Amino acid sequence: MSATATDASAADLGRIAREIRFKLVEMSHAASTPHLGSAMSCVDILVAAYWRVLRLDTNKPADPARDRFILSKGHAASALYATLAKRGFFPASLLDTFAQHKSPLAEQPAPNCAPGVELATGSLGHGLPVGIGMAIAARIQHQDYRVFVCMSDGECNEGSVWEAAMFAPAQRLDRLCVIVDYNKWQATGRSNEIMHLPSLVEKWRAFGWSACEVDGHDIAALADAMRRTPDSSGKPVAIVAHTVKGKGVSFMEDDNNWHYRIPKPDEVAAARKELGLV
Amino acid sequence: MRNAFAKQITELAQKDPRVVLLSGDIGNRLFDEFKARCPDRFYNCGVAEANMVGVAAGLAMSGLRPVCYTITPFVTYRVMEQIRVDVCYHHQPVVIVGTGSGLSYASLGSTHHSCEEMGMLRLLPGLAVVAPADALEVRGALKAALRHPHPVYIRIGKKGEPVVHKSEPEFVIGKAITVREGSDACLLSAGTMLPVVLEAADRRAAAGHSTKVVSFHTIKPLDTALLSDVFSRFRLVATIEEHSVLGGLGGAVAEWLADQRGSQARLLRFGTADEFLHETCEQEHAREHFGLTAEAIAAKMMNDE
Repeated sequence: MSATATDASAADLGRIAREIRFKLVEMSHAASTPHLGSAMSCVDILVAAYWRVLRLDTNKPADPARDRFILSKGHAASALYATLAKRGFFPASLLDTFAQHKSPLAEQPAPNCAPGVELATGSLGHGLPVGIGMAIAARIQHQDYRVFVCMSDGECNEGSVWEAAMFAPAQRLDRLCVIVDYNKWQATGRSNEIMHLPSLVEKWRAFGWSACEVDGHDIAALADAMRRTPDSSGKPVAIVAHTVKGKGVSFMEDDNNWHYRIPKPDEVAAARKELGLV
Repeated sequence: MRNAFAKQITELAQKDPRVVLLSGDIGNRLFDEFKARCPDRFYNCGVAEANMVGVAAGLAMSGLRPVCYTITPFVTYRVMEQIRVDVCYHHQPVVIVGTGSGLSYASLGSTHHSCEEMGMLRLLPGLAVVAPADALEVRGALKAALRHPHPVYIRIGKKGEPVVHKSEPEFVIGKAITVREGSDACLLSAGTMLPVVLEAADRRAAAGHSTKVVSFHTIKPLDTALLSDVFSRFRLVATIEEHSVLGGLGGAVAEWLADQRGSQARLLRFGTADEFLHETCEQEHAREHFGLTAEAIAAKMMNDE
């Protein structure tokens, strides 16, 4: 297993995140796929994980010793695909087939659809229980890999999330880490109004997790928080990452229309300019 | 049956370090031996079945052979989507065991009955649906399930069901077991109805009718070789199950039969009606309510001959 961190500088990572974001805009435009705002919001989490935290070997995506990363918010699959391609799991040209007829890259990931994709997600509330199973398997098999699960705040509406949230600390799964991409929106409204979420970090703490809040667009802070896994307290780690839906493009930021809207050609061009990629 | 399950899973786990048992806060003392022998491979997942099935899928994806065990409605109806997505969509060899199936827990009311779950689960791609007849078949079914490369659902009863087989039969998923040969009619029994079905055959014998009896323990995949044979040889074939006549063994055989050319045999389906049971009663009376007694089965068949 290769070293955890890449030698990319902070500036490199900032550029990588901007390039991924623009790729997402292009993919949404080319394939007329929704959920662009949701994908943009978790890019920095993905960059922090894949460039700074995860022990992985892009040539051995199924290595039993690898750290696992599950994108439980499957509607943001484009962000996972673009990250994996950028990190070198598969050629970037595959992204051009995204959501096209017979592409392995569906709008939401299918089982074993591409190297590096750990789980088919899309129905919310499944990633954490499966991640717990992987973490228990590590213990049974005397492996020391870690399991990271990225969820959305809307996903925290699902009861299965809280079943899992009670179970993992009871099993003292200290090699498990949840990152909630808390962008304060779900499909049709403010997540804090639809369900009572304002106390999200306290909820995780009360359920027995070592919980913290971070700026979900600060790659260094995200990486530091994730690297607390395994936590010295023996508890699983929960990171409530405060994010902005549509992050990176001013006219998409915190505008929930971009849960479903598809960018037009002039908007793609404007996004490119804003992301400094002209 | 559940004691047979506990003994067998304990034996299998000692032989195979991949076997992991997940319980939904049930089986008080039942798994003490398992826990003593394999303490790192028993997990009480609490009253949180959706999580339990997801955990099982994650274990299986990591090369282990998890078995989920709790009362049938809670490990089937409640977690249908987890079974569908986490287990079946990912082709993971998870074994799901529902205990107290059918009308076993009649007196607990319809929340604890499971007369629709085989019909539901049978629709999931790649999932085998198995209903062993007695404690010996439970042992065979569990061994077969843990050898099977795909997910398996096993519905078992509670405790004290009569043992029909004299020794453990060879148990192959998808291959029914002929218990008695006969020449006039054929009874296909799923699960714990088998003793009742044998008694119905005895009653028919007393009236001069020779009846073949089959423990048709796998509802999916169907033993179509046996079905082709019995539907070509007998005028009357009946399915008997502690499950709705819709969707279970009777439903599956009716679907299969609809696709066959020129079958002359008549199919009779015995099972529970398309209704909830509202009356407080024990299993025996619940079976009576739905016409699942040897007497009622024998009488209806003779009417049809």
